[in-house]
Amino acid sequence: MRPFKYSNASDPAAAISTVSANLTAKYLGGGTNLIDLMKEDVMHPSDLVDVTRLKFAKIEKKGNGVSIGATATNAFTANDEIIRENYPLLSMAILAGASAQIRNMATNGGNLNQRTRCTYFYDVNMPCNKREPGTGCGALHGLNKNHAIFGWSEKCVATYPSDMAVALAALDAVVQVEGLNNTRRSIPFADFHRLPGDHPEKDNNLKQGEFITAIDLPANRFAEKSYYLKIRERSSYAFALVSVAAALVTEGNTIKEVRIALGGVAHKPWRATFAEQWLTGKQATEANFKAAAAAELKNARPLSHNKYKISLAAKAITRALEGAMQGGVYGAMEADSTSKN
Amino acid sequence: MEEQPKLPDLSEAERNALEELMPDEMNEIITSGIKRRHFLKLFAVTGASVLAAHLLGIEQLMARSVPIEQQGPVIIENGINLSFQVNGSSQQLTVDSRMTLLDTLRERLNLTGSKKGCDHGQCGACTVIVDDKRVLSCLTLAATCEDKKVTTIEGLATGNELHPMQTSFIKHDGFQCGYCTPGQICSAVALMDEAKNGEASYVTANVRNKSRSVKLSNEEIRERMSGNICRCGAYPNIVDAIREVHGDKAVAQVWQFADGTI
Repeated sequence: MRPFKYSNASDPAAAISTVSANLTAKYLGGGTNLIDLMKEDVMHPSDLVDVTRLKFAKIEKKGNGVSIGATATNAFTANDEIIRENYPLLSMAILAGASAQIRNMATNGGNLNQRTRCTYFYDVNMPCNKREPGTGCGALHGLNKNHAIFGWSEKCVATYPSDMAVALAALDAVVQVEGLNNTRRSIPFADFHRLPGDHPEKDNNLKQGEFITAIDLPANRFAEKSYYLKIRERSSYAFALVSVAAALVTEGNTIKEVRIALGGVAHKPWRATFAEQWLTGKQATEANFKAAAAAELKNARPLSHNKYKISLAAKAITRALEGAMQGGVYGAMEADSTSKN
Repeated sequence: MEEQPKLPDLSEAERNALEELMPDEMNEIITSGIKRRHFLKLFAVTGASVLAAHLLGIEQLMARSVPIEQQGPVIIENGINLSFQVNGSSQQLTVDSRMTLLDTLRERLNLTGSKKGCDHGQCGACTVIVDDKRVLSCLTLAATCEDKKVTTIEGLATGNELHPMQTSFIKHDGFQCGYCTPGQICSAVALMDEAKNGEASYVTANVRNKSRSVKLSNEEIRERMSGNICRCGAYPNIVDAIREVHGDKAVAQVWQFADGTI
């Protein structure tokens, strides 16, 4: 690992001013991704400002919704009583990610700032426009089984790895950010992460030094019917090939409101707006779920090795919506799908 | 490959302890060191309950640590003066800002129980407990541990009495090569608290049902221990070991020595 200066921040304004003034400085949260990337020499910050002792670790009611502190850990957030009761989709998504140890370390702000797990990004001997702009994309015509089917560019076909962020996209979260001189702004979740375009080196729309203080969740009526389904190559502790956050509000069997977001398919959590529009006002039936999934996936652009993600995502959307209709009960859904097969 | 290192010179008391347990094996042990075969026999002759104390004695015998030399002040680029607690004792040292907690424990404090498996947060062999939470010491910078309390595998036993999770791993043979075991045990110990606190997992039937404590099924134990990889594949026995400590009744031991092997 290359040398760096470590400091332990006790004052947010001072931390923000340090990182804003220095393009090679980074905030350090749980470090579960950043330290690994530094060991691999993918990232080599000159300064790490540890923000884990700043007072942004609370989860509290805010208006009709809730505000989740950026330095609260993923484990603390998933198990918070307010979150489990009102936003079970978020708890499920967080718990689907990583391992218990990593969730104990990882912070919410850090989760949103984690980098892709594209193997070309991780391997410093390979070209990668995200790691070194201008060197090309190794995955575009390389091994791209795990890569994007939506929203990619010739410059980058990487996917965003977070599970938590997929639920936050479905729940219309708002990211609260603080910059130099107490400037604050609110970023709607859909605008937080970016598609790669010509600048894949930028994962999100934060400016240098801008610090996430909290993630706000508006009130919703999805708690009774939401489900996070993660499809991966082993049953735990692996990144998603495809994941789906699904949430519904129904009256009778009519869908009044629906949210669907996909993980593992794009450079950012992918809101399935075509599927949502298709389903709104329709009956909650398996046939309609399948048709909605097809409406979304007809826009997919697969790469040479990931065509399988189209049918996988279609089936995953259908199953996740069924899971949500069954009350988000893990065992019920799994048992049901097993008995069908 | 050598199965075990030779025994260090035995003190009178240590020699008596081994002799009492395995009088027939002593000459061989003294000349060629302790082997897995002796260890297994030791296990057979003592039984799980009596074994705990003896085993700890042997472990201390085998891994007598070399006292760390007092070090003067160290001046290095990006040095961090760190003060924290490890297994109940205060430690002060200067570390390189790049140093992980794992390397600090192993290389600076001679606590080599925590293992470096992948060093990238993928295997769990380095799991330790920091401020009551299980974490990966390979992805934790030592500098971030100021004022924190770290518990490693070396800190779980009380004197000569093994932690119940250690005893249970021995009873259920929750390991083969043993490399992942310190991480598995630290992880399992912290898991017991998570269950008592009613924390949920991805396979929890309904995360909205909050209870004071949760009773873990085998599926729950497997999911919650998925951050600890065991290449020997001792998983069924690890689950049994954890279930025994987590539950209120003994779990049947599924293995026994074949006739004539000891």
